[in-house]
Amino acid sequence: MPLFEGLGDEARVLIAGCGRNVHFAAGDRVFREGGEADVFYVVRHGSVAIEAFLPARGPVTIETIEAGDVVGWSWLFPPYRWHFDARALSAVRATVFDAVCLREKCDGDPALGYALMGRFAQVLIDRLQWTRLRLLDVYGNGDHH
Amino acid sequence: MATATITDRPGHGPMLPAPFRVARREQDTADTWTLTLEAFDGPGPSIAPGQFMMVYAFGVGEVPISVSGPPGRPGPVVLTVRAVGAVTAAICKAEPGATLGLRGPFGNAWPVAAAGGGDVVVIAGGIGLAPLRPVVLHVLGHRDRFGSASVLYGARTPRDLLYTGLFADWRRTIDVEVTVDTAGPEWPGRVGVVTKLLPDAAFTPARTTAFVCGPEIMMRFAARALLERGVAPERILVSMERHMDCGIGLCGHCQLGPTLICRDGPVYPYSTLAPLLEVREL
Repeated sequence: MPLFEGLGDEARVLIAGCGRNVHFAAGDRVFREGGEADVFYVVRHGSVAIEAFLPARGPVTIETIEAGDVVGWSWLFPPYRWHFDARALSAVRATVFDAVCLREKCDGDPALGYALMGRFAQVLIDRLQWTRLRLLDVYGNGDHH
Repeated sequence: MATATITDRPGHGPMLPAPFRVARREQDTADTWTLTLEAFDGPGPSIAPGQFMMVYAFGVGEVPISVSGPPGRPGPVVLTVRAVGAVTAAICKAEPGATLGLRGPFGNAWPVAAAGGGDVVVIAGGIGLAPLRPVVLHVLGHRDRFGSASVLYGARTPRDLLYTGLFADWRRTIDVEVTVDTAGPEWPGRVGVVTKLLPDAAFTPARTTAFVCGPEIMMRFAARALLERGVAPERILVSMERHMDCGIGLCGHCQLGPTLICRDGPVYPYSTLAPLLEVREL
């Protein structure tokens, strides 16, 4: 998994102890806004849509997450609640990690915690940059063609 | 690559539009149409991929439009036009049988033939797929001359995607990945910026030529992502847009630093363009 690349064997064993494999069928809900964010997922196969439900418009897809990427960071900070919905767009195979288990291990091993937080910070920065680019609505206007 | 223009003939100058008849008009999206224009006298110009025409809607005005049709042989001129202003709206409304004025083709070309023997990545954003379609058509027509070939295409919404009816045919021999900025639950594809498609694209950076066209900021991000993958800056080709009026390097409206885009461009290697893009006043 790209998220854990560069970590030592000991750290990987600790993290793996909090994970298990899961499957979702196309259309299955992975989590729902407001629900307890006690896990995160690393997608191994398939695609997951992050969605927001808008009154009068229904669900809108904000981003899709593909194989190798992370779904969910609300487990990192209180109040540990999902901010959006997540839905499997196709058959999805993922590894789900128990956030409580992982937070405890990070608290007990600051080096592990630092390494893991650095990796999640990179995920957050990438998503933020992509979101900023989309905020510009660059395709909306201005082409002469 | 210099090509004879339709206004090179006796009695014409490069500033005098030649009349063309609208032979076909197809709607691509809510505001974008593809027109096929036939010359009144003769087969039409030979156009290299990436070149543009100055298109005159009589009584309204003239705008530069990149050619989106098959490259390299004399024939009808195919233009994909998005109605964003008075002139482009008038062009889009031109029904079959109507007459439009054309000057050109102008500008340089995507060096797609020179990319032969290597991998090709086409990155397009929005209407930017139109000027790149001749590149795709060239690769499809000479598939054995290229290694891997990928088209990575981003648009605002699924309704804004161009040429979706062609993708199934393209996908027989090349990889086509599409993403949109926002979508409803009925959209089964990817949502996100077009550069997110790059990590999954199969190509060998050291032997890859990338062709990029879209909004300028999208091209900058795409170029950076390509550089991070290891593609050489001189093999990242981008197509620039500025306010082109004369098309022949006289009026200076499309000047970008030391270059005139209508004359020296619109296609530039990123290695040439990057220093100019960093100057905000240009």
